[in-house]
Amino acid sequence: MIRIVNVTKKFGKKVALNNINLEIADGETLAIIGGSGSGKSTLLRLMIGLIQPTSGEIWIGDDEISRFSEKEMMRVRLRMGMVFQYSALFDSMTVGDNVAFGLVEHTDYSREKIQSIVREKLHQVGLEGVENRMPNELSGGMKKRVSLARAIAFGPEIIFYDEPSSGLDPITTNRIDELIIETQRALKVTSVVVTHDMVSACRIADRIAMVYNGDLIAVDTPENFKKIQDPRVKEFFRIIN
Amino acid sequence: MLTKFFELIGAFMIRRFEEFGTIILLYVDTMKQVLHKPRIKLILAQMSHLGVDSLTIVSLTLLFTGVVFTLQTAHEFIRFGAQSTVGGVIAIAIGRELGPVLVGVVCAGRVGAAITAEISTMKVTEQIDALKVMAVSPVNYLIVPRMIACMIVVPILTVFGDIIGVAGGWLVATQYSGISSYLFTNSIKMFADIYDLTGGMIKAIFFGNVIAVLGCYYGLNCPDGAEGVGIATTKTVVTSIIVIFILNALLTFIIYR
Repeated sequence: MIRIVNVTKKFGKKVALNNINLEIADGETLAIIGGSGSGKSTLLRLMIGLIQPTSGEIWIGDDEISRFSEKEMMRVRLRMGMVFQYSALFDSMTVGDNVAFGLVEHTDYSREKIQSIVREKLHQVGLEGVENRMPNELSGGMKKRVSLARAIAFGPEIIFYDEPSSGLDPITTNRIDELIIETQRALKVTSVVVTHDMVSACRIADRIAMVYNGDLIAVDTPENFKKIQDPRVKEFFRIIN
Repeated sequence: MLTKFFELIGAFMIRRFEEFGTIILLYVDTMKQVLHKPRIKLILAQMSHLGVDSLTIVSLTLLFTGVVFTLQTAHEFIRFGAQSTVGGVIAIAIGRELGPVLVGVVCAGRVGAAITAEISTMKVTEQIDALKVMAVSPVNYLIVPRMIACMIVVPILTVFGDIIGVAGGWLVATQYSGISSYLFTNSIKMFADIYDLTGGMIKAIFFGNVIAVLGCYYGLNCPDGAEGVGIATTKTVVTSIIVIFILNALLTFIIYR
């Protein structure tokens, strides 16, 4: 379970997140939505421990990570995977080496076993025979899928997605959404998806949380979310639609 | 007006001290990990990328420095009947000062800029964050191999540059200034000793440290966007060259006083 308790994050005098409280159950898919600069990516980065909150607590399972050192965070991050907005594939490595990276770093698996896992994970995301290609030879959608294969290669308990459909056409977006759902079902992982795509959020998430100007203004199931009368939520729906 | 002026100076000084402190912390963190599980493959790749690829520019720089230095000095030395000292003077000047400093400056431009450009591009494309999320320390994975590579490669390039520089001097002395090859080499044997070379190598090790840590620091802390990569790269080159000159004066005082 992920628990965020009274978390505030300030950058200088600017309050990016204001007293956020949120719980994400094991195996749940939560979509965090909000406009640009609303604080949703900051919330994601706090959960991964890439930044520390100004105040409050962040629990990943039994670990309260808000004051963890980088070394302590390494242990927690072994349970996490992440799909970055622009994929963040290592451009000096082949696709196969990218997917194998976590396994090479943290396991004693043989070369053959790692290659077999790489092939399996790439197959899982619908890519085959691309192990020897370089990231710059792939399309945006393929890069996202490789990024997902890399994120699931090490068997994480939690997968974070930062704008997974950003910059993709509707068909590819749909395919990525299906992959997120399939991955969640197959691996029973907890998924946190930051997106501004309301359609995607409704399709993939068990619950949706909306961040507005640093405040968490609504958390509910997709069905109930559409009925919320808060003008800020309605405005977001109106603009998106 | 005056208060504002002093506030600006104060703010500038605080920023510089903060920056200095962060660089020192990064350096200490890197050195702590230097001996911990060294990534031989990455170190060798960096040595090839940063060192071997710099051979041409180091050779050209030191060759022409040796040539020009001899052109300027040999004539005057001959006028005073001191042609027997030309080889020694050139070897000492290149071994102690010109070799390490020029190789340091060339490496700051060639190697430091390459390190910063690579790491800052990784930063703006979130590859550094990807390393962290996969529980891999960017210091251990990116900085330590570059630090070790620079500590090994810059002194080697310096020795190589010293030889090329002296060879350039020998060429001018024997072919243009009319000093015999025997006199030139005998002069080196008489006036220069191994400490002229090792002193320069010690300097080069320090310069390698400076280039690696500043290259990595500005890469990891570059502003966002393509412009940020350019700014960070420029800062690395300028700061490295300034630090190399200051450090060279300090090391000369310590090693050769």
